[in-house]
Amino acid sequence: MTGPLLKVENLTKHYTVGAGFLRKSVPVVRAVEDVSFSVEAGETLCVVGESGCGKSTIARLLMRIVEPTSGRVMIDGTDIAGLKKEPLRAWRRRMQMVFQDPYSSLNPRLTAEQIITEPVENFERLRRKQRQALAADLLRKVGMSPEMMHRLPSELSGGQRQRLGIARALSLQPSLIIADEAVSALDVSVQAQILNLLLDLQQQMNIAFVFISHDLSVVHHIGHRVAVMYLGRIVELAPCEALFANPVHPYTEALLAAAPVPDPTRVRLEVPLEGEVPSPIDPPHGCAFHPRCPLAIERCREVLPALVPMADGRVVACHVRAPAPATDFSGQPPAPAMLARSCATSTVSS
Amino acid sequence: MTLVSAPTEAVPISVLRTIKLPRLAKRHPLVFASGGFVLLLILLALAAPLYAGDPLNVDPFKRLQPPTSEFWFGCDNLGRDVFARTVFGAQISLMVGLISTATAALAGLLIGIISGYNRRLDNIIMRIMDGLMSIPTILLAIALVSLTRGGVGILIVAITIPQIPSVARLVRSVVLSVRERPYVEAALCGGARLPKVLWRHILPSTIPPLMVQSANVCASAILVEAGLSFLGAGVSPEIPSWGNMISSSRIYLATAPLTVFAPGICLALTILAVNLLGDGLRDLFDPRSKRRG
Repeated sequence: MTGPLLKVENLTKHYTVGAGFLRKSVPVVRAVEDVSFSVEAGETLCVVGESGCGKSTIARLLMRIVEPTSGRVMIDGTDIAGLKKEPLRAWRRRMQMVFQDPYSSLNPRLTAEQIITEPVENFERLRRKQRQALAADLLRKVGMSPEMMHRLPSELSGGQRQRLGIARALSLQPSLIIADEAVSALDVSVQAQILNLLLDLQQQMNIAFVFISHDLSVVHHIGHRVAVMYLGRIVELAPCEALFANPVHPYTEALLAAAPVPDPTRVRLEVPLEGEVPSPIDPPHGCAFHPRCPLAIERCREVLPALVPMADGRVVACHVRAPAPATDFSGQPPAPAMLARSCATSTVSS
Repeated sequence: MTLVSAPTEAVPISVLRTIKLPRLAKRHPLVFASGGFVLLLILLALAAPLYAGDPLNVDPFKRLQPPTSEFWFGCDNLGRDVFARTVFGAQISLMVGLISTATAALAGLLIGIISGYNRRLDNIIMRIMDGLMSIPTILLAIALVSLTRGGVGILIVAITIPQIPSVARLVRSVVLSVRERPYVEAALCGGARLPKVLWRHILPSTIPPLMVQSANVCASAILVEAGLSFLGAGVSPEIPSWGNMISSSRIYLATAPLTVFAPGICLALTILAVNLLGDGLRDLFDPRSKRRG
């Protein structure tokens, strides 16, 4: 197989709010704006960002729970964003989703067995024996006892329910699992169990993950690469270690600085972020982050920064830290590369 | 927990199949009592020819006769057996109530699900429902009965039509909220086709509120039938029906009170029981308020 397993190109989702009969002018929420990334087989791509930055919308777009406004989602080179119902159903076997809330994502009226075998039964008929064998097998894979298959979700703990959610996603043997905040509803100790389960499954079955989270310690634990989102756009996409060691985009820096680290002796970077996240209905002109950015220059207010590849394989959208090659613009002189480099080194080394 | 003791047998899906009568009586005495009463009423009504006398037999010598061992509730102004008429009247009341409820519930369920799942049709359907809702039941019934030759069938139609919108709206609101639940999205992600999602994940959630609403519909259908018969727009006067009986006997309330009270009390008790059954069923079906019965 050549090329990445999942390739997302210029994915955009605009929601119209308050649309209805007799209302003509309708404000648009730019939930996801021009997002591109790719995921290799067996890889974990984490997507991080604040609430409302479009992380979950990306998950729903990838699964086609919601239709993209524009852009392409390609699995093995096939654009599933354009597929009709029946062909799309076939592609469902390749990618599955683990949901955030282990309580509301399981039908309270069905038993564990029915829940985790349902995806398979959508594609083939199972005899009762086969179904029970499949359920037992799946339960064992996620570390639960097969006797649990007759339980209702209400008779299980939060961690067990989330294991059911994972078992359901595994049932079709997908090559990609999208996990939307899959552990954030769980206790920390249970979170660790579930994360390790996901890592084990990834190793055994070579599953790729798109792991959406706001929890940086979780991301650090399981991510291979990390995409940082702000107001619907990716501002930095970097290998996990590099991102945590050396954040380039000022927003990434602020995000990392705000995350708690269990080390009382650590001297915290002080990158104060002021103000609120702007509304995605009316995002700031230029770089969406400029009203809160400590490094903002004139250019940030006017020109949307493009994602610029850096030496260590990351891409960053920032005029100051990662200025684009100075060929495309006139007028405003590009920020000197010297400044960017010195800036980056000085903040990180402190 | 009692659940631990029986893990080997396959656990049935449906709550209905797991209801055991003694436990039901203990945990939900209301459902048990009211359901039992309604069942008893249906049985008594169906079995009426076996034990009750002829409700149509007129005997002028027994006019307004007080209760005797032969005529338990006495006789009415034409000397007809009030007990027999009450029992046969139950047939009409229950038949109208049950048939119009079943029709309204099924039609409302279908319309509600379509409307809840199809935005474009939703607007059209709901405007029609709004229109239907504004028709007063009694006026519609009077209009239909005077336009046609009347009869029980027309009566049922007239009672059913104005009830459909309330059921459809209820079902639609449940569908609208349930279709956004993550488990419905999960089912779609798992490759389920729409009919299966509707049947397996959405329909079951509509049943409990539908039950409660059906009980209300049934109670009001029985009441409206009685009201129409009382007004003379219902079943024809010689046919025993509770409304007819109250209507024809009301002037004898002082001399032969049972001729009015017998059908009146039956009517009140029936409606009370049906309403209580609806309330009880709501508790019974709510998966959060109880474990399997």
